[in-house]
Amino acid sequence: MSVFRRLYGDHVLHLIVLLAALALGAYTISVLGVDQLFNPRVWWQSIAVWFAVAVIGHDLILFPLYALVERFLPKGRRRAEPVDAARRVPIVNYLRLPTLATALTFAMFLPGIIEQGAFTYAAATGLTQEPYLARWLLLVAGFYLTSAVCYLVRTVMTRTRPALPTTR
Amino acid sequence: MDDLDQPPRRGFPAGLWRTLEEHPPPGLSRIRWRSPLRGPWLTSVFASALLVVLPIVIVTGLLSYIAYGPKFGQAIPGDVGWLKLPSFDWPSNPSWLYRLNQGLHVGLGLIMVPLVLAKLWSVIPRLFAWPPARSLASVLERISLLMIVGGVLFEIVTGVLNIQYDYIFGFSFYTAHYFGAWVFIAGFVSHVAIKLPKMIRSLRSRSFVTELRTSRDDTVPEPLDEDGLVAPDPDPPTLSRRGILAVVGGGALLVAVLTAGQTIGGWTRQFAILLPRGRSYGDGPNDFQVNRTAASARIDPRSTGERWRLQLLGGPRPVVLDRAALAAMPQHTVDLPIACVEGWSTVEAWTGVRLADLAAAAGRPVPGSAVVSSLERFGAFNRARLQRNQVLNPDALLAFRVNGAELSPDHGYPARIIVPALPGVHCTKWVASIEFRES
Repeated sequence: MSVFRRLYGDHVLHLIVLLAALALGAYTISVLGVDQLFNPRVWWQSIAVWFAVAVIGHDLILFPLYALVERFLPKGRRRAEPVDAARRVPIVNYLRLPTLATALTFAMFLPGIIEQGAFTYAAATGLTQEPYLARWLLLVAGFYLTSAVCYLVRTVMTRTRPALPTTR
Repeated sequence: MDDLDQPPRRGFPAGLWRTLEEHPPPGLSRIRWRSPLRGPWLTSVFASALLVVLPIVIVTGLLSYIAYGPKFGQAIPGDVGWLKLPSFDWPSNPSWLYRLNQGLHVGLGLIMVPLVLAKLWSVIPRLFAWPPARSLASVLERISLLMIVGGVLFEIVTGVLNIQYDYIFGFSFYTAHYFGAWVFIAGFVSHVAIKLPKMIRSLRSRSFVTELRTSRDDTVPEPLDEDGLVAPDPDPPTLSRRGILAVVGGGALLVAVLTAGQTIGGWTRQFAILLPRGRSYGDGPNDFQVNRTAASARIDPRSTGERWRLQLLGGPRPVVLDRAALAAMPQHTVDLPIACVEGWSTVEAWTGVRLADLAAAAGRPVPGSAVVSSLERFGAFNRARLQRNQVLNPDALLAFRVNGAELSPDHGYPARIIVPALPGVHCTKWVASIEFRES
């Protein structure tokens, strides 16, 4: 192993590529102007704050939150008899999928759902954001309803299937 | 590749990295990663999909900057130094060029959201790994990861808010989205350069076809990896690998169904139920998407009535045309899209006089450019400068009618510009004057 690799920890090309990336990032900020990163009047309406919050918000708030929700999903800890277990359909994904779809649509279409930005919305479109909450709620109802029907069908099919000697 | 059994090597200064390693924050060691699906192969599948999508989103974004006309100083942000593609005259043919460009940029940008979230989920154990670095190399790489993760999330958040007219962030969307993109590009390109060999190796470590045939009960974790993506003590699987791919792909499909209609239009528009541009205005000739109402542009109805005149400047002397004079000129009808930077578009049938005919009437039949000014007195887009190819395109019109009816006030009555492949916001409404310039 070369001396460089031992000191730096990777190949010299690794260093070159990353220095180029950091230089480009620094150049970007210099063209924008460091002062433009911050809004002295309303601190939270700053580019730098939104950039940082994007990372922190995802990695340290959103991720732990959905990991926590995930822990509450019933995972079916195989308490039932083996024969019975083969005939049980685990409910976990029938809860997980509609919940994911609900969270995804809520996060992506939040402004319309909570009617944020009403003034610019009206100026741009001549309409109001009034329909979105009801539409989203119907969509969510659709997600869970579809899931419930799928679960029911699957359960019935599994129960009525003749027992097989092997699990599949 | 490092052997997993060997103690990890530390770079210079080794003492610092050892001290760091020996002092983990309390509680960190208590995290147990539960998913049996995380691993280099799964991460690489997500990565390879993003490797296809992201370059398209990046390039179309940079092309949109060119479409705004940086040579006229009307691209936003104005001063970007070297941070742009080489400028060229944005083509005015084919007419769907900008529609396609922005449809791809915004459409793929939205569709990739589940994919980005899945990719971040798949590598999140790295964020909580201790020590965070064992060498200067890993410190630099972590900074570049901050650029790529922060960059992509920042771009998604600002973009998603912008297309829904939510400007709660307070700063200029154009400026933030453009410079944020370059920070992301820097991180993205270096990340790809460094990780591409590992991505290819990981993809080859398992057969994609075999994974698609593997049920949940047969799903076992990937072999432990040097990066610690694979959980050493996972829960039993509740999803197969094909299952998680279907979930992420299904999420992307869901977003596609809920958003693509704003670009494709027609019967698909009704599926964009949660987006501003999925709304129906009715089925009259003027019932299509409005981007700025006459009221918000403060257009005085008196100035658009009988008093309205079109001023043509740039010839030997100013030419003033009233409505009757314009109606006496040859009228043309063309089907052209209005395509917004926000990704939505709509094709309508426009009727009016050719900009080329107006240039001739002004006394400068082959202008270098044309500056169109609106009756709108305030507002960032109350004037726009058109390139020569845009003025002389035979489908470029000063339109008075749409779908056979007079333009409505919100669509720019009495006259608006419609030019093929021009960003919608430069198709000036409530036109008051056109100045044909030599250069």
